[in-house]
Amino acid sequence: MHLCRRCVSLLLSRPLLSAALQPSTHTLHQRSHHILLQPPVHRLTQRHSRETWTPCGRRNLTDHQAASPDVYNNKTDLAEREAEKHIVPFENLNVHQISNQESLSDMGLDAVVRPSPLQEISEEEAIQIQVPSALPPDSFTLKPYVDQSETLSKLVQLGVNLWELEQRPNVGSMLVRLDFHADVAPKLLFLKDLGVEESKLGTILTKNPFILTESLDNLEARVSYLKTKKFSQESVAVMVSKAPYLLNFSVERLDNRLGFFQKQLGLSAEKTRNVVTRLPKLLCRSLEPIKENLKVCELEFGFRGNEIQHIVTTVPKVLIANKRKLTQIFDFVHNTMDVPHSLIAKFPQVLNAKFLRIKERHLFLEYLGRAQYQPSQPNYISLDRLVFLPDDVFCSDVALATLEDFERFQKTL
Amino acid sequence: MTTKAARLFRRMDGLFAVYKPQGVHWKLIRDTIESNLLKELNSCPPPAPQLAVKFQLLSSGENNGSKDLILSPSMLPSLANHPLVTGPQFHKVHVGVGHRLDAFSSGVLVLGVGKGNYVLEHLCKSHVTRDYTLEGEFGRATDDFSDTTRVIEKTTYDHVTQDKLERVLAMIQGANQKALITYSQMDLRTQEAYELAVKGLLYPHGKSPPILTGLRCIHFNPPHFTLEVQCVNETQKYLRKLIHEVGLELRSSAVCSGVRRTRDGPFKAENALTRQHWTADCIIQAIAHFRKTTRKIRKSGMYRQTDGQLNSSAKIQEQIRSEIGQSDQEHVELTSPTSDRIVDRVAPGTG
Repeated sequence: MHLCRRCVSLLLSRPLLSAALQPSTHTLHQRSHHILLQPPVHRLTQRHSRETWTPCGRRNLTDHQAASPDVYNNKTDLAEREAEKHIVPFENLNVHQISNQESLSDMGLDAVVRPSPLQEISEEEAIQIQVPSALPPDSFTLKPYVDQSETLSKLVQLGVNLWELEQRPNVGSMLVRLDFHADVAPKLLFLKDLGVEESKLGTILTKNPFILTESLDNLEARVSYLKTKKFSQESVAVMVSKAPYLLNFSVERLDNRLGFFQKQLGLSAEKTRNVVTRLPKLLCRSLEPIKENLKVCELEFGFRGNEIQHIVTTVPKVLIANKRKLTQIFDFVHNTMDVPHSLIAKFPQVLNAKFLRIKERHLFLEYLGRAQYQPSQPNYISLDRLVFLPDDVFCSDVALATLEDFERFQKTL
Repeated sequence: MTTKAARLFRRMDGLFAVYKPQGVHWKLIRDTIESNLLKELNSCPPPAPQLAVKFQLLSSGENNGSKDLILSPSMLPSLANHPLVTGPQFHKVHVGVGHRLDAFSSGVLVLGVGKGNYVLEHLCKSHVTRDYTLEGEFGRATDDFSDTTRVIEKTTYDHVTQDKLERVLAMIQGANQKALITYSQMDLRTQEAYELAVKGLLYPHGKSPPILTGLRCIHFNPPHFTLEVQCVNETQKYLRKLIHEVGLELRSSAVCSGVRRTRDGPFKAENALTRQHWTADCIIQAIAHFRKTTRKIRKSGMYRQTDGQLNSSAKIQEQIRSEIGQSDQEHVELTSPTSDRIVDRVAPGTG
């Protein structure tokens, strides 16, 4: 959870660097005196300290490159400074100032009179005092920055879940760096123009904060591409609300995906548009699992081409369902419940249901002797009624029993 | 001033039982229940936003008449404690599991919430037995003793009758009874030990292998048959192996098609929650229902001293058992492992 640390530490490392160098130049002089005066044993120990010192982090590399060649003298200082990494900048500046003045006095220049805090100063000088902000240089959460940052407070008012976003690596730092009027506002207006509801803006940004870093030209190009493919304005808005990452994909990728679906499923353009509007996640995910699911339907389950088309247009979720769970449900419905392929293709909602629900309801009906799934026979129970109805309606209408009976039966399974 | 969420959280302390469906790992159930409880807790309204002093450039009062902007303090709601910034109030609810059930089995699973987890420990150490219903099928043998895995062997079972099955079960029960006496480390020649054995209060002392304290056949319809078992220190795989061994003893083979736990100590299947009822209010109701039982378990755990004083702890257990038997007869007993029917069978078995 290195939230703002890297972005703020990048800013901090520069003053830290200069602060580190100042006292180190001071100690450099002291040590150089020591080296000249003392026997070589001292030098050996210093060299030893250089070899045992292990670099830790980017900052030391930058220090190493930027600092003077006698860098081993700096290292013990920096090692101490690593321990006190979280010091607030103005404390750093104070150290900087004091060491500066000490070095100056050591240098033997004219002594600078330090101002007393009780000394009276004029109004102009008072206005020129810069009070450093009390914001911590780095933090694990966005909490200390929310009140000060206009971007963050406006995002909270929109309904963006900042807590969820700061769990993701680097997103928090990115949000802190955004400028509301330059970056955020144009994209929000763009989304509003597209037709996305204001209540959904919060959830969209929570799922995909990178829509704020995407350039407006790219976003507009992708929307115009979708419109050339004859997606209406409302359907584009609905697709963006359901799949927030949609507009982050390039035009080539969207084109590739749409072409794949049209070719593989063999559907007309109108039907492909319908399927994609209802499940825009299809355009965002990788194609390999979808290809696997289609192969499973064709080869393992044994559905014919037109049956697969019907299933996909009715329940597009079958394309992105978990293969193992899908196989389990199909196995139970086809082999244990003895439902033929044609009936399953007619009611594909059963492939989308929870396995335990189907199993318990079927076993209950079997126990009661009402498990009749052939449309030609009397007391026929269609698969969608088996799966879709809530428990109480199922018990009263389909099974003709009470809810308590069903629960008691569940405890015998 | 407590918030609604804090009051709800304080009520989530105790033990309750859940009916685990077959095919589901016990950890999934524990996680589902924890997330349901957390959902309910975090859906309670958050506290009012805290006010912070902020200096704003506001126009000065009407006295001056000029439009000078001066810095003036005011109390404004601070966004730093907004739930979207701080995250949900509750991150974790401690939900613990008692005696576990593997994925193939179903049945009563005891869970403890909050402070009930300490009582779970007492339950596990106390002298409780568990009740199982095992369904078996003659004719096949598999490598995992269950009916879904690879079949190794197929045999005939026409020669198997109920009489032979009962004899085999009696023999198994005799062996287990001997094991129980050995592992209880009590000399049956003493009077106290004899009295405990008569009442059925013998219990293995320290670590022991699985011991069946009761075994009988409920249903026999070849190739299917159903056994009812009361046992201690068992695992579900041991029970499936038991079915396999019953098949072997009958010169046939058998697989186990279902292991169902109907009772775990004082927690019975009638009061266990089914899947539809795994919501926070049903769970809190169940905790309230089992509060007396939980208290008995905690007290019996407190009274148990060192392991050497088995007799005194058994006496206290008997007292508690009689108390429970008098007060609430529904969720009775830290169980009598030997009911009448099984005692009858022991005599011819061990003979």
